Formats: sequence, C-alpha cells, structure tokens
Amino acid sequence: MEETSVQPAHVHAPPEGFIRKHVFSLDHKVIGKQYYGLALVAVFMGMTLSWLMRFHLVWPTAKVPGLDLLSPAGAPGGIITPEYYLSLLTMHGTLMVFFVLTNAPFAGFGNYFLPIQIGAEDMAFPRFNMMSFWATLAAFLVLVLAFFIPDGPPISGWTAYAPLSAVGKDAGPGLGWGQSLWAISIAVFCIGQLLGSLNFIATTLDLRAKGMTFMRMPICTWAWFITSCIALLAFAVLLPACLLLLLDRMAGTSFFIPSGLVVSDRLQNHAGGSPLLWQHLFWFFGHPEVYIAILPAVGIVSHVLITSMRKPMLSAKVLIYSMLSIGFLSWMVWGHHMFVSGMNPFSSLLFSFPTLTITIPATIITLIWLGSLYGANIQITSASLFALGFVSMFVSGGVSGFFLAQPSIDIYLHATYFVVGHFHMVMGVAAIFGILSGTYFWFPKMSGRMMNETLGKLHFWITFVGTYCIFMPFHYLGIVGNIRRYSSFVNDFMAPLMPLHKFVSIAAFVTGAAQFIFLYNLIHSRFRGKPAPDNPWNATSLEWSIPSPPPWDNFGGKHPVIYHDPYQYGVKGSKGDFVMQDSPEQLASG
Amino acid sequence: MGKLFAIILTIIALASAYPIVVHKYVQPVDISTHGHAIDEQLSDTMAEAGFAFLGAQLLLAFFVWKFSNRKDGSKVTHLPGGAKLMVATAFILVGTEVLALGVLGQKAWADVYFTPPKPDALQVQAQAGQFAFYFRYPGADGKFAPLHPDKIDEGNGNYFGLDPANDVDARDDIVTGELAIPINREIHLLMHAKDVGHSFYVRELRIQQDFVPGLDLSLHFTATQPGRYEIVCTQLCGLGHYNMKAYLNVLSQEDFDKWLKEKATEQ
Repeated sequence: MEETSVQPAHVHAPPEGFIRKHVFSLDHKVIGKQYYGLALVAVFMGMTLSWLMRFHLVWPTAKVPGLDLLSPAGAPGGIITPEYYLSLLTMHGTLMVFFVLTNAPFAGFGNYFLPIQIGAEDMAFPRFNMMSFWATLAAFLVLVLAFFIPDGPPISGWTAYAPLSAVGKDAGPGLGWGQSLWAISIAVFCIGQLLGSLNFIATTLDLRAKGMTFMRMPICTWAWFITSCIALLAFAVLLPACLLLLLDRMAGTSFFIPSGLVVSDRLQNHAGGSPLLWQHLFWFFGHPEVYIAILPAVGIVSHVLITSMRKPMLSAKVLIYSMLSIGFLSWMVWGHHMFVSGMNPFSSLLFSFPTLTITIPATIITLIWLGSLYGANIQITSASLFALGFVSMFVSGGVSGFFLAQPSIDIYLHATYFVVGHFHMVMGVAAIFGILSGTYFWFPKMSGRMMNETLGKLHFWITFVGTYCIFMPFHYLGIVGNIRRYSSFVNDFMAPLMPLHKFVSIAAFVTGAAQFIFLYNLIHSRFRGKPAPDNPWNATSLEWSIPSPPPWDNFGGKHPVIYHDPYQYGVKGSKGDFVMQDSPEQLASG
Repeated sequence: MGKLFAIILTIIALASAYPIVVHKYVQPVDISTHGHAIDEQLSDTMAEAGFAFLGAQLLLAFFVWKFSNRKDGSKVTHLPGGAKLMVATAFILVGTEVLALGVLGQKAWADVYFTPPKPDALQVQAQAGQFAFYFRYPGADGKFAPLHPDKIDEGNGNYFGLDPANDVDARDDIVTGELAIPINREIHLLMHAKDVGHSFYVRELRIQQDFVPGLDLSLHFTATQPGRYEIVCTQLCGLGHYNMKAYLNVLSQEDFDKWLKEKATEQ
C-alpha cells in the first residue's frame, strides 16, 4: 500500500439557517453550485453579446429594439456604433474566458466533486473557499457595472493591449472608467482564483481518504489538480499585471507607456514604459489560461466516456502523464501569441517548437480516447454525446493550431478569423461541451433529480451541428484574409465574404436559441425531474457511492476506504459489470 | 443513436473539408518575392492537418457506429497494442510532422526576418495613428528629419511632427497618405507608432507586422506585380479600427518617379 492521508475530524459544524446554508456557505458543494450558477448567468450574457455582434456584422444599419435603453450613446436609436461593437467584443471575451470557461469546469465542478472523489468531507480551507467565490462574484459585478456607466464598457478587447488600455480616455470611449473597472474586476478575479487553486492543491495533497493513492484518483480529479497548479502560477502573474495597469492609469506611472505618444492631439505625460511588457505578462497568463479552461474539460469528458464505454481507458496513466506534460509545456509557449508583435524574431522560433511539441501529448490523449472506444459498449446519453462531441471539437480546434504555431504562416493568418475559429473551437466550444457533458452526467448527483434525456439529445444535435456551422467557416474567412475585431466589412476587400458571414450569423442565432432548451431542461428538471437513484449511470467513483444529493458532510460521518483503481468496468462485480472504488470485493484475477 | 452520430459527424467532416479541397476560399494573389514560401508552407500544413482532421473524425465516427448501444451482455474488448501503440503512433506521426513543419517553416520566416534589407533598398517611413497611416519619403537629400511629437498638428497637415523651420532635413521630406512603391525594388519600411499599437497588413504582400509605440521596427519586402492593394490595421486600436486603411500602389519605376515628383511639389 502506498502512502495515504488520514481524514481530519469535522472542521465545521452543520450549517443552520438559509444564509449560512445557501448564501455565505462554507460547504464546497454549495460553493461549486454558486460558481456554476454564476457561469450560467455569464454564459447567457456572453452569448447575447455575441448575438448582437453577429447581428451588427451582417445588418450594420438595422436597429436592435431596446438596446438604446441600455446604452443611449453606444447604440443611439438601437443601432450599434463601431465603438459599442468593440465594447460588446471586449465584454464577450472577458465574460466567456474568465467567468465561464474558468468558473464552470474548474471552480464549479472542481469544487463540487474534487473533495467527494478523493473521499474528503470538504475543502482544506472552507473559509478561503467561500472568499474565493465572493471575490469572483464581486469581480463579475464590477465588470458588468461598466455597462451602466456614462463612459461605457471598455473597447480594448479581452487582451487589453497597452497603451490603448493604459493611457486613459484620450484614446477613445470606454477607455476611462470602463477600462479601470475591467482592470479592477480582473485583479479581484485573480485573487479569487488564487485562493481557490491553493485550496484545490492543499485538498488533493492532504485530504485523500484511506487507500486513495494518487494513481487511484479519477482522471478528472487529476485534471483539476493539474489545473489548480497552473492557475496558481498564472493568476499570480496576471494580478500584478493588472495592478501595474491600474497604476499607469491612475497614479501616473509608466510601466506600459513609452514617451512621445500623441493621443487625440495631446502629448502624453509618460515616459519609459514598454507596451510589449504588458503583452508578455498577459500572455504568460493567457496561454496557460487556455489549459485552465480545457484540461478540466478533458478530465470530465474522460470520466464520462469511461462510464459510458463500460470499460477503462487504454491507459489512465498515459492520459494523466499527457495532461501533466501539457501543463508543463504550457509555460513555454506564450510567445506564439506575439510572433508579429515586434519581439525579437529569433524568439519566435524558440516559442514555435514547444508549441508544435504540445501537439504530441494532445494527440496521445486523442488517440487514447479513440483507441479506447474500440471494442467498447458505448451507452448513448446526453452526457456521452457531448463527450463524443468534445472529442470531435478537440480534434478540429487542435489541427488549426498546427498553422498558427508556425511563425511563417502566422505572418499571414495572425489577427484573421482563422485565429478566432481556432480558439473558439478548441477553447470555447470544446470546453463548453465538457461543461455540458459534466452537467448532464452529474446533475442527478447535484440535485437528486434526473434531467430530461430527450431534450438533452435535441440540445446536443442542434448545438453540435450549429457550432460547426458557426466556427468552421471562420477558418475559410481567415484563409481569405478576413480580419477580426472589425465592426464592419461593408466597403472593402472583405465585402464579397458577406454571404458567408450571413450564414455564420444565422447559425449563431439558431445554436444560441437551442441553449434555451438546455436552460429550460435544467430549471424544469431541478424541480420536476424524476428522482435520481444514488448511482444512475452504474459508475464506480466515490461520488456515486453516496446519496443524491449528498449530505452536507458528503459521507454521512463515515470515512470511506478505497480498495480499487477508479475505473473497474468490464469486470464481474456484485452489482453488474463494474466494481465501485470503495467496494471491498475482490476482483477476479486475469 | 450512435449510428446517427456517426453519420452526422461524417457529413460534417466531409463538408468541412470540401471548400478546402475545391479551393473555394484561398489567399489573394501573392505579389511578393517571399510570399510563395509562406503559401507553400500553408498548403503543406493544410495537407497534413487535413489528413489528421479527416482521419480522426472518420475513425471517431466509425468506432461510435460500431461500438455503441450493443446488445446486453456483449463483452467489451480492447484494442490490440493498447496504449503503447497509441503513444508510439503519436510520437512517430506527430513528431515527424512537428520536426518537418518546424524546420521547413523556418525558411519562410527567415526570408522575412533574418535577412537584412539590401543597401540600395528604398527607405520609406510609415506612421500609424488613430485611425490613419501616413508615409514619409526622405526627399532629395535622402535623409529623414527627426520627429518632434510636440509639433504634431494634424489640422495643419503636420502628421509626423516635423520642424522645417529649424530643421533643414525636414524641408524636403515628402509626406503622403498612400504608399506608392516601385515594382521589383526592395522597400525598407521604417515603422513608427504615433499613439497606440497598430499593425501593417497587406494580404497580397504576405506581410504583417505590429507598430509598437516606443519601439521603432522595420520591415523589408519587394513587390512583383503592379496594382493597388489594401493596407489595413490588424491590431485593435480604438473605435475607428475597422476603417483604418491606406493603399499600397505598386508602380513602374518611371511612374513612381513621376508620382514622387508630383508629391514633392504638393508639400
């Protein structure tokens, strides 16, 4: 038997009263649901913003009823101005990357299931955990506040490149208080994530149940653990970067602003800073952030796939080592966002090689999934469909990375829709498929009720076909040279591409509308769904060994003991073709 | 329902590849001396990525078709070769691809960035500011006068911040709103940002380079076909970003000399 940790005694008493139970809760399950709920609000906001953008791109002079009430200056008479388009784009990116793709798969599901999957009663630091959520909520509110200030939301994109983001309102609308709120929001968000990831690491290292060795942790536990190590380092860089940006904006420092800039006919009173410093700091965070979004989804999907296939992966160990290598390599590739930024062209080659190399562990993961499907008995459910859809999306988004990893091709494709297609598929859509797969899979455990499978499958088909219809054409647009972040393509080179843009916009409206099927299913099933048994999918990991929903201390005062690897499927057990992790039954040898 | 997934995924994969295979969406004509290397690299990568894309999607579709919702009691089996086979395949296939693309791709990059401009290249300065490009030719003396940001006065046409009153070199500098260049002659473009970050992108030239405030960069290229091409900004620079453009006018040497003379008299 390898080393194991011993459970500590109860660290906190059962909560009493609505506020302690559901609002300022220390319970990791409630906090997980709070994160998920926040991500749900953010994803529907972000999606609405993308609808407005797609609408404006193809019908630039058409009115959006009611939008002038939200922003009389940004959309006078309901017609979106070019600067408001950039605000929508900035807020869409910020909401999606930070408040959806980080919150739901990592902070949300991770909080809920990581302690349960390792047999712990709660996180190592429940109070930090609560603070981390409330910091994240505060960050969200500060960001959204930017919609309601006279200056309007920021227009510098989710990447907030300096000096556009640093010199203040001389540079344009939204770059006064709007941009400051953005920087404050992201700084506070970083604090929340730092507390959260520290907690994940401590919990995984210290609170594993008896017999829960590292290699007996489910793949998604591993994914959350690796992600929390990445997040701890990445957000620790973004936080000071945002503080420096705020100092440039508010205290007259010049970290990112050089001398001699004339903005709106005014010579700026700054000297000595470097715009590239911001890009280095931002992407040093920004690239690992891609893996913060995608690795938890890789873990969730592997977990769901194994259960649906009724057999273990070809090798869980290889999958885990591949995730570790991706996590390690993710620190050496940030410069591939900056090939044409003016940094030393020799360094572009140095950044290119690890970027191309990262495709090796990514391919191993994909091949392990594919190879494991061979000879399986795949149970088709909404959860497994989204997991299979994820595999397809991961491949599609991954192969376009081959192009962008090469500096020579990036000269042509940089800042085109090709890039937008690439990161939406591999980071956005794929991670969202992971979240959706996890939702259909774990909803019964979280709520004690089943989701409607018919609606779930309908949701899958529209979303799967729809997202391909939206994002595959982005690659074609990029190859022709269609530039991103433009609010209009009417009077130039890109005008002939309008029919393709219209196709994309219509696909976006339909696919977005299908998400309301999901929302309805989620809310309706929460109150009216069929009661869920403890283990509806005949799964093996610890979360399925406890009631649905779990009691406040997860294991009802018992201390689980772990006897097996997490994925004993395709074996003869007393309950069927599987043996649970905490079941003392002996496995038939051979 | 697994079979439906397989059918839909196959259709998606083939439909996605179709426009690429029939060259429905392609880069505009290449008018540079270095662009063919980039285009070749792009097309080699497309072949390899396309192979990986179709291979993986069709395999996924096939396995889901064959192995979903089988009869109760059908025993699961494992892929012969197991994880070792997968790891070896990934290393051999992707490793070779990474090496090949990485090494070959360096040549195209080196053509643009590692060769110095020829000594007889025509120097032109480009300035990017919200939301216009301006270009400066050194005039008869062949010298660019220094810039004085405090002297910038767009209302009076002093876009660069020149000081002809005190600066002899500035008096013959020629400032224009379009970039006219002679054909088949190397251009050495000196890049200067006036306010925030911008970028210089000409699709047909296969050139893209950011303007970075405080960092004066340069580019060099040779255009091989006459014509008028769009220069666009590709670095988000503010509300007028989408409309920030100028034109590259590739002229014969005679036409270029004539044009420059005309512009000199307009100053």
